[in-house]
Amino acid sequence: MIEVQSLTKHFGPIRAVDDVSFSVAKGEVLGFLGPNGAGKSTTMKMITGFLAPTSGTAVVCGHDIRHDAIAAKTRIGYLPEGAPLYADMTARGFLNFIGASRGLSGAGRAQAVDRVVDMAQLSAVLDQPIETLSKGFTRRVGLAQALLHDPDVLILDEPTDGLDPNQKHHVRQVIDEMAPDKAIVISTHILEEVHAVCSRAMIIAQGRLLADGTPAELEALAHRHNTVTLRTRALPPSAERAGLARLDGVLKVEEDGETDMPSFRVIPRDGAAVLPAVSAYVTEHRWEVDEMRLEQGRLDDVFREITTGEITTGGAAAGGDAGREAAR
Amino acid sequence: MTAARTVAVVFRREFTGYFASPVAYVFLIVFLALAGAMTFFFGSFFQRNQADLDSFFVFHPWVYLFLMPAIAMRLWAEERKTGTVELLFTLPIATWHAVMGKFLAAWLFAGIALALTFPIWITVATLGAPDHGPILAGYIGSFLMAGGYLAIGSCLSATTKNQVIAFVLAAIVCFVFSMAGAEVVLGPIRELLPAGSVELVSSFSFLNHFAEMRKGVIDLRNLLYFLSVIGVFLFATVLVLDLKKGA
Repeated sequence: MIEVQSLTKHFGPIRAVDDVSFSVAKGEVLGFLGPNGAGKSTTMKMITGFLAPTSGTAVVCGHDIRHDAIAAKTRIGYLPEGAPLYADMTARGFLNFIGASRGLSGAGRAQAVDRVVDMAQLSAVLDQPIETLSKGFTRRVGLAQALLHDPDVLILDEPTDGLDPNQKHHVRQVIDEMAPDKAIVISTHILEEVHAVCSRAMIIAQGRLLADGTPAELEALAHRHNTVTLRTRALPPSAERAGLARLDGVLKVEEDGETDMPSFRVIPRDGAAVLPAVSAYVTEHRWEVDEMRLEQGRLDDVFREITTGEITTGGAAAGGDAGREAAR
Repeated sequence: MTAARTVAVVFRREFTGYFASPVAYVFLIVFLALAGAMTFFFGSFFQRNQADLDSFFVFHPWVYLFLMPAIAMRLWAEERKTGTVELLFTLPIATWHAVMGKFLAAWLFAGIALALTFPIWITVATLGAPDHGPILAGYIGSFLMAGGYLAIGSCLSATTKNQVIAFVLAAIVCFVFSMAGAEVVLGPIRELLPAGSVELVSSFSFLNHFAEMRKGVIDLRNLLYFLSVIGVFLFATVLVLDLKKGA
């Protein structure tokens, strides 16, 4: 439902967004990850038609945002960064205004407002001016506003920023419930959120798309993915230790030289699954193993490694396959 | 949705926005006090012993010079400052609908302020037997002139997110337009631009056009003049907003 084609935005000499292409289908929840200033918000602002791209375009439900902006905007629900709202209006007045501007009136609008008030749990504050609301409520009014016309495409810029853990959980639940019939893009720098709600994640930094895949696929990009750490009671003979490094798929073995508690990190080549081989090897040689652990690689590590350029991926590949050919 | 409906949606929000804060009431009081004070102290309303409102209308350009930019400064600068402009322009509302809606709200608000000066009309009608034609013409002219100032203010408000800057710029441009027929503006023009331009610039004067109207002459040219100023500056507002979108 969203087709982003070579979207590029320059602010003077700065390339805020540099040739970003991707598409989001119905039922997908795409998490946009990246350090501050990576171009996440700028990309969202272009998709929603607030900023004009320097080149490239975005097509939302068949409507090109550059040439058919109004039609595209009717299909999008958007929560801008920081959830800016008309602070002097009451939550009810504000939602009615949004409804009216989206062409809803009368009973249809009242129904739509009731529905989102329920979803965002706003009934307690409906008649308060927005400027008197807490940050959590303000954010939820912003979310309610984006959902009011039950859009096909939902774009949420940091929807859980500033919420307490319960509220975060609630917002994620709302997103989860809607996910099957919408195409949703959320930006965040809370990585746990990606696991919680996203079916797919993209990492962008310095305006470029660096990785794209399911959260599990991204985790597989970590250096430490599938590394096996084991700790033995006594130091095994050196011939046996060398044999460990010659197992299939093993890149190298790092030894931690402490004599009373020797430990080994078996690092696989290209994230190959070496646990069964390692396990069989130590059993065969009767090592006295105190602990054996498989490291999955954490999204945090991947994020840091990718955005600081420690690992690079096959570029803006759709799907995670190219990502897994991670060049080290 | 039709254009009229989207304009109306923006208009309604903006207009009720004026009365959501004390700003509207402060403005109305200041406007009425200023208009009254000018008329009675500087215009020598009673001493002139004339049953007309010329001493009332003659100060309107000067009152508007500061008060219209004060109404208009928030139109876009505030939206940009608080970020709500992003909300507004990602709704299915065309730029010019938003510009029209906001301008009309500001204009109606100025119209209400102007209408609230009606006691002075009653006063002059009670004390004497004025010719009501020129008074009505004066009100119409004053309202149109307010629209011109507001359109200028709208355009300059769109250029910045700082309301103070918007106010100062608008006051300067409004001053230039007011005084376009006077030497303070024509002097530099004569130095800098070719001869024909003096004529042209002086024909832009708010003061001259308004002076004709408050004398009771509702000439189509004067009406067209103010309406074109409004049109041109609203169009410029749309251009500025679209330019900001691309920058």
